Amino acid sequence: MRILVPIKRTPDPNSLVRLTADAQIDLDGCKWIVNPFDEIALEEAVRQREAGLDAEIVVVSIGPEEAADQLRACLAMGADRAIHVCCNRSLEPIQTAHLLAAVVATEQPDLILMGKQAIDGDQNQTGQMLAGRLGWPQATFASTITISDNHTTAVVEREVDTGRETLQVRLPAVVTADLRLAEPRYVALPAIIRARNKPMANVAVDDLGGVPDCGVRTVGYELPPSRAPGVMLPDAASLAAKIREAVQ
Amino acid sequence: MAQIKAPPGGAFLIEEAELDGVLIPEELSAEARLMARTTEEFIRKEVLPVTDRLEAHEEGLNARLMRSAGELGLLAGGIPEVFGGLDLPKSTLTLQSEMIALASSFAVTVGAHTQIGTLPILYFGTEEQKRKYLPRLASGETIGAFALSEAESGSDALSAKTRATLTPDGRRYVLNGTKMWISNAAFADLFTVFAKADGEQFTAFLVERNTPGLSIGREEHKLGIRGSSTCRVILEDVQIPVDSVIGEVGKGYRVALYILNIGRFGLGAGALGTSRELLRHSAKYANQRVQFGSRISSYGLIQHKLAEMAVRMFTLESMLYRTAGYWDVLFAGVDASAEGSADELRAVTEEYAIECAILKFYGSEVLDYVADEGLQIHGGNGYSEEFPMARAYRDARINRIFEGTNEINRLTLLDQVLRRAQKGRLALPQAAAKLKEAVLSLAPRSSDLSADPLDEVGEWIRQIRNATLYAAGQAWETLGVKIADLQEVAAAIADMSAVLFALESGWLRARKLAASGSPRSGLALSAIQVYGADACAQVEQWSRYVISAISDGDTRRTHAAVLRRILKPPLVDTVTLRRQLARSVIELEAYPW
Ligand SMILES: Cc1cc2nc3c(=O)[nH]c(=O)nc-3n(C[C@H](O)[C@H](O)[C@H](O)COP(=O)(O)OP(=O)(O)OC[C@H]3O[C@@H](n4cnc5c(N)ncnc54)[C@H](O)[C@@H]3O)c2cc1C
Repeated sequence: MRILVPIKRTPDPNSLVRLTADAQIDLDGCKWIVNPFDEIALEEAVRQREAGLDAEIVVVSIGPEEAADQLRACLAMGADRAIHVCCNRSLEPIQTAHLLAAVVATEQPDLILMGKQAIDGDQNQTGQMLAGRLGWPQATFASTITISDNHTTAVVEREVDTGRETLQVRLPAVVTADLRLAEPRYVALPAIIRARNKPMANVAVDDLGGVPDCGVRTVGYELPPSRAPGVMLPDAASLAAKIREAVQ
Repeated sequence: MAQIKAPPGGAFLIEEAELDGVLIPEELSAEARLMARTTEEFIRKEVLPVTDRLEAHEEGLNARLMRSAGELGLLAGGIPEVFGGLDLPKSTLTLQSEMIALASSFAVTVGAHTQIGTLPILYFGTEEQKRKYLPRLASGETIGAFALSEAESGSDALSAKTRATLTPDGRRYVLNGTKMWISNAAFADLFTVFAKADGEQFTAFLVERNTPGLSIGREEHKLGIRGSSTCRVILEDVQIPVDSVIGEVGKGYRVALYILNIGRFGLGAGALGTSRELLRHSAKYANQRVQFGSRISSYGLIQHKLAEMAVRMFTLESMLYRTAGYWDVLFAGVDASAEGSADELRAVTEEYAIECAILKFYGSEVLDYVADEGLQIHGGNGYSEEFPMARAYRDARINRIFEGTNEINRLTLLDQVLRRAQKGRLALPQAAAKLKEAVLSLAPRSSDLSADPLDEVGEWIRQIRNATLYAAGQAWETLGVKIADLQEVAAAIADMSAVLFALESGWLRARKLAASGSPRSGLALSAIQVYGADACAQVEQWSRYVISAISDGDTRRTHAAVLRRILKPPLVDTVTLRRQLARSVIELEAYPW
């Protein structure tokens, strides 16, 4: 079977987000990573294969030229090949879903395994919208995935507020990964070297039918007010006193 | 990388570098960054959390971590693929060394293994020794150690008393003696031991841990890097086969010198990596701590410290990657897997011995500055083991002592310069003579604020180079080889050389950043303006110190007059510049490049 793992290049959450003088996000000096939830999705795909699943793992990213770095990291983690859709503008989830659907049309995967959300926009919509566009079943927030021997169904456990829910979906389907699905491995140096020769295809947005207008435009950014500096207290007693003060 | 050219070692002393021959860290490959990321994650998740257990010398923990590091390929980068290594570029390894140094003790463990513990075999071993040991050293299944020092021979390593006696049948050596301060001793499997064959010929030997007669002393109780192992290695009638000799009998000094040379570069890289983390701690603390109603990061004296840390780190980083880049070009021309390539490998490694000596003493002194002032920013909390600075301060201090003390490295620098000059590898005497002739027509521009500020710094560099050349040339003319006996002068020349290399490397990088339109090029310019202005004043002082020591009367006055023509320290408002740099550090709570 074929597993398609869409991945997004996102800023490292430890990097400081600042605004430029004209209130745009200042990304200078920011470190870039594979969106952690996507990394979890890829880790799960690789583990499924290591556990004996006969699968080709294809990663796809829609992003600027530099997103090739994140795709290389995914190849080093164990993906077999990569597709880079070069796109320099920021996309709304519906636009991303539109482009991914076009990739799906040529790749014909049996399973799309992706992060439940990207940590930059925190939208949590792309997987759902993609499944909707394709008319495929979806299981979101997966914490475990079991694929049937004949590759026709998957059983997905999802963590909900009050416990756990188990779904069975017919394949092909879209499954989105939650935090506890799998812990990403360290990307070993020899694997990084082996990934040098894995194929990476470049696709233009126009070849996928272009980016449709979606009626949403980002109008502005604003930082939260800066936090007042803290104080060091010598012991628990003074902490208790402070709290009492505050409560009164 | 193909376009990078590599000048001969020490060339910065006599001529300006080509801009496009210089690697800057901003140009490191995505692959290098990815590898560094793996390294950083491993250190942060697996090593830093067990620091206390390492410091308590928990049995087997260091060896287990080394095995895990080996599985990820973190120990294999410097070894050719045919011997189970990854054959990574030096620039990639430099970034990796920076990351490993986030854990100071473990960095010593790794360095003692991958550098001084492994490289004697790679550079001097026979094919058989390489095949037998390198793959297991690359994977961390075998851990290496380097046993040179003894209680009575440290800096003067060649005076070691350990003896190797050939058995009458000529098939074995019997080793007797005690090595001291041996890193990794508690868990190492393989020791490079230096001993005098038949009491005369200083030679390197490979000794496996389980050889009868070899025993390990107790852990030394150290000031810092307590998570690393440092013990005596006691050799009592240790019998080893004659083919355990590394290199040639009587040529052990070459093994020791070459290997320490590479270790010095790695130490410089580690110093930068540790400094990066300490600057983060310091900036964060300065932003949190409130005194007199304001964050202490708003005060000029704290900003001065933060800015100065960043400036010194910027110059160190620029020197490191410039040197690594040169090396990568030279190493690219050597097929390390080919039999008999060791000669070439050694020649390439030795090429930048002058730069390595600088990186060792300069890097360890940058780190000590950062640790010391970082602790100061933490006030009383800096003195408490509850905060990270106290340990960092203790850990940093070793770097000025091992891999050749900083005194020895300053002397080594001049020794290398003279040797190369004598062999015609470095046209220093010619350059000094030319300068002397030209001196009368030299008219340094005084600081001209309307000029392009980058060109302005370029002019300071020319002045510093000329002053260094003049002082060194005059010292050589007056003292000849006896210059080595006037150590104070030798060290001053070493310091001038280091400042020249640091400023020029930072300047080349700032120019590259400006040319590429990097948003951080403005900050880079401020850094080299601060550093350059101070450097000019320092070099003026050092050069006057040198000529005063080697001459008197009219000669001295003439020298002083010449120096005044050569060097015109500029007047620069470094207060404002430092405050500007500090703002970036404070805002990012990190090293700003
Ligand atoms: C934690 C630790 C780990 C170590 N790991 C290793 C290891 O793995 N393998 C190994 O072989 N060794 C190791 N060493 C030993 C280390 O390399 C030596 O301590 C170092 O070379 C200095 O030698 P020494 O201690 O004998 O000092 P000395 O040589 O006695 O020096 C004392 C002082 O005199 C100065 N001095 C010495 N000679 C001169 C001179 N000619 N001119 C001017 N000044 C001079 C020195 O700079 C120093 O300031 C380690 C040491 C420590 C503390």
